[in-house]
Amino acid sequence: MLEGLLIGLTTALSLTNLAMVIGGCLIGTFIGMLPGLGPMSIIAIMIPVAITLGDPSAALILLAGVYYGAIFGGSTSSILLNAPGVAGTVATSFDGYPMARDGKAGKALTIAAIASFAGGTLGAVLLMIFAPMLSTIALLFHSAEYFALMVVGLSAIAAFAGTGNVAKAVLMTLLGLIMATVGEGALFNMPRFTMGLMDLQSGFSFITLAMAMFALPEAIFLVMNPARGAQGAGSGKIENLRITRAEARSIAPVIGRQSVQGFFIGVLPGAGATIASFLGYAVERNIASEEEQKQFGKGSIKGLAAPETANNAACTGSFVPLLTLGIPGSGTTAILLGALIALNVTPGPRLMVDSPDVFWAVIMSMFIGNLVLLILNLPLIPYIAKVLTIPRTYLIPFILFFTLMGSYIGQNNATELLILVGLGVCATVLRFADYPLAPLLIGFILGRMLEDNFSRSMQLYDGVGFILDRPMTLGLLVIAALLVIVPSYRARRARARKSGVADGD
Amino acid sequence: MALDRWIALIILGIALAYGYAAYFTMDDLLPPFMQRNPVWPSTFPKVLSVLAIITALIILLGIEKPSGDQKEPDIDYRKLGQYKIGQAGLLLGLMVLYALMLRPAGFLISTVGFLAIGAMILGERKVHILLPVAALATGIVWYLVEGVLGIFLRPLPFFLG
Repeated sequence: MLEGLLIGLTTALSLTNLAMVIGGCLIGTFIGMLPGLGPMSIIAIMIPVAITLGDPSAALILLAGVYYGAIFGGSTSSILLNAPGVAGTVATSFDGYPMARDGKAGKALTIAAIASFAGGTLGAVLLMIFAPMLSTIALLFHSAEYFALMVVGLSAIAAFAGTGNVAKAVLMTLLGLIMATVGEGALFNMPRFTMGLMDLQSGFSFITLAMAMFALPEAIFLVMNPARGAQGAGSGKIENLRITRAEARSIAPVIGRQSVQGFFIGVLPGAGATIASFLGYAVERNIASEEEQKQFGKGSIKGLAAPETANNAACTGSFVPLLTLGIPGSGTTAILLGALIALNVTPGPRLMVDSPDVFWAVIMSMFIGNLVLLILNLPLIPYIAKVLTIPRTYLIPFILFFTLMGSYIGQNNATELLILVGLGVCATVLRFADYPLAPLLIGFILGRMLEDNFSRSMQLYDGVGFILDRPMTLGLLVIAALLVIVPSYRARRARARKSGVADGD
Repeated sequence: MALDRWIALIILGIALAYGYAAYFTMDDLLPPFMQRNPVWPSTFPKVLSVLAIITALIILLGIEKPSGDQKEPDIDYRKLGQYKIGQAGLLLGLMVLYALMLRPAGFLISTVGFLAIGAMILGERKVHILLPVAALATGIVWYLVEGVLGIFLRPLPFFLG
């Protein structure tokens, strides 16, 4: 591990990569602050830039920096405007915004920054310990297990994303998988489902799809509902960034607990930062003393530190399945996976062996990124917050233009822009009907790999026999089925109990 | 019928067409030597289409009822009338126009036009500020894409170069 750390340090501390971390964090904070642009949209917009860099470590470092920056920027707008840019920072606004209203905006931002820093750093330490262990186990997996594992991942994502509406999330996943089969695959040298269109020969571009699923609907919603961008007025000046020793002492245990809890929630596929932050907030409120409990929701520093620590730790945790298994657990890591594949790096258990520099550089850049956020971004926040005063008449055309550019740069093809607009309209309609879009994108990105592993196992075992021949595969597939069936079964039973016709139990 | 079930119906249609292609038309093109393979290009799509049809039917027929604690949707299509849907439509139209104009009119003209007209659709009227801002941003982006990233974007209309 020490050797790995050193490799990572040398890569991450090169001048270019340092510039990437700093630049990524700044860009992420800057854009993450804008209402309606979450980390997924920002990373999607940044991908063409990262891919043109050509160097996978630099690209991943840049994107990870953008990711952290975006989360941090999202907390800033939650605190200052009560307008969370991201679902993961909604819990931050519970106590952050009341603090800002009391004129303690500076203090709230400092606590948020320290909590994020600690969450991210402790998360990275845990990642360093657990990722190598997990990837040693993962090396025992064959394509049959990989196939089953991806099915488990996809069903877990569907089960979590579609709380109460698992069928919708499953349908979206399947739609993503179906879209992934369009075009020419690697395994079979023939175009499929292109409807004779040349433009679909190489399939849908994942950058276009990511833009269309996230950035475009958000921009359209901002246009349709101006209130969405500006709930609550700005709280004016940001001053007095210092916190007292007593305050630091009271939030320290919260940060410690939530780093660990948040990390492990982040590791689970589909759970991620949002669940981690809400759960962290709830847990800390429950174990706080009676007096402190009354403070929650009115500007408690513990209530601010808990979700902030948890969401950053969870972001780091979500890198574990990505780096060790090559299976993204969230929309954001799915986009990162797409970028890595485009750069000819396949994340998975072989990553640590084949390109240790990429693996360790990413981990090292997490430490550096967190440090940059704390030292560089925090003092700059009062200035960066000025971005919130850009009028929306300017903001929205620019967001739309960047989505267009991102998709054009990726493919260098104007037809791609028409596909982008078309898919964007579809995505908006799906959002209206409360269909979750992240499963679609994850399904799309995993689709090729899923099919490749499936086909390989079929070829090795001359049919579907591999499901029965390999107990682990069967076990994983059973888990996947349970993940999808149990939540809707429980919902059904809960409803039945409510109407007084409960069965047993 | 609620919007989500209409969408399920549309997806059902897509899945049926997809399944039809996978089951009945795709295999005709398969060369004989590949037919001895245990897995065909159509195998995975066949599985997917069946699963998608089942799931779409579950939603369409309302077999899985949403659980009780429905969260407030962050945007509600029932209030569509209150939203500025005209502006959104115009902007989408503008994006399509941009896509069609990008090659013939060149990057610089189409982008300045897109940014300026987009802002004006949203109600910006100070053209004397808007145009310089749009021009400056266009110039910076063009320099970054062309100079730094090295991707060719035709800057001027087709008859100028």
